[in-house]
Amino acid sequence: MNFELTEERQMLQDTLRRFLADRYGLDVRNKIVDSDEGYSPKIWEELAELGVIGALFTEEEGGFGGKGFDITTVFEELGRAGVVEPFIETGILGGGLIAALGTDQQKELVEEVIGGALHLAFAHGEPSSRYELSQVETTAKASGDEIVLNGRKAVVFNAEAAGYIVVSARESGGLSDVDGISLFLVPADAAGLSMVGYPLMQGGRAAEVTLDDVKLPASARLGEAGKAYPAIVTAIARANAAISAEALGAMETASNLTKGYLVTREQFGRPIGTFQALAHRMADMLIELEQVRSAVINIAGHMDDDAKTRDLYVAATRNVVGRVGRLISEESIQMHGGIAMTKEYELAHFAKRITMSDHRYGDTDWHLERFIALSAA
Amino acid sequence: MDMSYTPEENAFREEVRTFLKENMPKDVVEKTKSGQELGKDDLLSWHKTLYNKGWIAPNWPKEYGGAEWDAVQRHIFEEECAFANAPRTVPFGLTMLGPVLQKFGSQEQKDHYLPRILSGEDWWCQGYSEPGAGSDLASLKTRAVREGDHYIVNGQKTWTTLGQYADWIFCLVRTDTTVKKQEGISFLLIDMNTPGIEVRPIILLEGTHEVNEVFFDNVKVPVENLVGEENKGWTYAKYLLTHERTNIAGVGASKAALASVKRIAKQEISGGRPLIENPAFAARMAQVECDLMAMETTNLRIVSKAAVGQAPGIEASMLKVTGTLIRQEINDLARRAVGPYAMPFPSEAVEGDNQPIGPDYAGPQAKRYFNNRKLTIFGGSSEVQRGIIAKTQIGV
Repeated sequence: MNFELTEERQMLQDTLRRFLADRYGLDVRNKIVDSDEGYSPKIWEELAELGVIGALFTEEEGGFGGKGFDITTVFEELGRAGVVEPFIETGILGGGLIAALGTDQQKELVEEVIGGALHLAFAHGEPSSRYELSQVETTAKASGDEIVLNGRKAVVFNAEAAGYIVVSARESGGLSDVDGISLFLVPADAAGLSMVGYPLMQGGRAAEVTLDDVKLPASARLGEAGKAYPAIVTAIARANAAISAEALGAMETASNLTKGYLVTREQFGRPIGTFQALAHRMADMLIELEQVRSAVINIAGHMDDDAKTRDLYVAATRNVVGRVGRLISEESIQMHGGIAMTKEYELAHFAKRITMSDHRYGDTDWHLERFIALSAA
Repeated sequence: MDMSYTPEENAFREEVRTFLKENMPKDVVEKTKSGQELGKDDLLSWHKTLYNKGWIAPNWPKEYGGAEWDAVQRHIFEEECAFANAPRTVPFGLTMLGPVLQKFGSQEQKDHYLPRILSGEDWWCQGYSEPGAGSDLASLKTRAVREGDHYIVNGQKTWTTLGQYADWIFCLVRTDTTVKKQEGISFLLIDMNTPGIEVRPIILLEGTHEVNEVFFDNVKVPVENLVGEENKGWTYAKYLLTHERTNIAGVGASKAALASVKRIAKQEISGGRPLIENPAFAARMAQVECDLMAMETTNLRIVSKAAVGQAPGIEASMLKVTGTLIRQEINDLARRAVGPYAMPFPSEAVEGDNQPIGPDYAGPQAKRYFNNRKLTIFGGSSEVQRGIIAKTQIGV
């Protein structure tokens, strides 16, 4: 057993940590969060140059990583700095699905993605699907040589910046059947595709996407007709590794801010951290944080296992991350007091990132139920 | 022991319900329901509606123009207001300053200020906390120095809720620096239009402007604006805090919030069935409801012991700790219930001309969850309340 990062990953971690500490401070981040785009094209470009996106792809795909630990190394650092730039959508979901299913011609887009020139989005969730990955009502119907898409997609991250949107649609089967779901590579400017964009509580932007008779050539299909479900589950498993690591990084920052506050803030003539009522709660946070660190190692280390084992670890990790995330976010705010309720103070952003991560790809309870179902199977 | 409501109390509930149905400003109800921020006009219009009915000050004695309701009546009123989506009345004049003036104010102060609090003519805010004086409130530094017929005030207050609308602020100020910190504090009434006062907004983490910083730069305050005796302000401040903690359990608000979560959970479909039938979610919801049912009775037990116009003692601290925990748990359930639609940011999702994103009940939930983290921080944090309970009960 060896729990050290490889030399390459250690270098990537050091580089990212230095760059983000230097370039992604509170003022920069607040400006980005309040901007119309919801992300910084310049930071995006610079992080791409540092290899943030390349690390998410294997060498065969044109990158230099692609394993579970590459994903978690990158996203822990992004989480630590509170980065809102949409790397999961472009790198893991959109890019990952193209790399996994695309034809040689479609895969040419991956190079643009790794270089930072192309943004992607993954339009899968729908207004009533919540976290159910097989629930797809959007339809894809053949019409002569063309395929016609109709439906609505909900809370599509990064849709406005994306050059292409990977859209899931049903070609056959019933509402929640795993068979019959296909993926399509839809240019963002396709006729019939419209969107209403909005900012997100945790920073960044998403959109409600409507597909109204969007006509595509058959070559826009990604992978085999009706067989996309396993690839979607794999991409979401990788996104779960990313969001777990991101939450871990954010929890580390929240804990550090709280530790710092406990020793500097004085009330009743002494640092508030000398009150045992607070000191013990800080200790509990640190104990639980180590649980999250291990859970993230678990999800990363089992990313390439058979689907059942992998998914068991995904569910277990997200459940731990969700529970501890709530504890750390709420306790950090409470132990700071009023100052943590303000937008100006750094902690607020991290508390929002941690809490809102529980609304992506399943929440704490959803993953617990999934764990129970997978364990029983 | 009799836990049933008397026929008179049931009739009172009916009267309140009918009144609310017929008199609540419709636009204000809509805003409260959808979680939008209420402006000064919204809050004042509700204040005036209750004032005209004679119900604006449930806890004030009749001699000062209050309704002088007993604990059960106040409980019924609070519950009906919560279920009707009525906004909370602004507490600074009505439940904080009012009782202090009634007990410690001069006859002139009572005659002048109390009717204006009732009518809503004066909007009050609270000048207690400072950047260095939060839980340790007695360490406050804002200085008031007597010069002839005036005090000259210098310093800074913070977390001043709705101070942006206020005509007046009641302030704790330091008038003697040579004695024990609790013994050098005075209670001053300050006109917000006095030169030298500056109000700066503090934006909360979910984007709302509820609180402010208030700066005092050589502000001249007439000596007749001193309440009670100089250097006795800490006594008045503590008296006020016990009143602030009446109704702090928020039983009505929690019941209404839980009912709202149930409505949402019936509409949300998760894994092919309503979320309300999902075992994990149902268990969480049942757990908090069990707690709430017990707390309702705790609240009635404690509040009914205190005479009209009086505040309960340390039991109020217990109610605050339990009541806020329950409320926050309900807010957490609500944000979970709406799933991915918790993420769209409400400034655009529920305000202005934009259509709501997702179901109309989704927009305010995450915002409310974050905003209500304040419940365990303000008005004496849960840690301060536990300290009070421990000190009184264990004696350490």
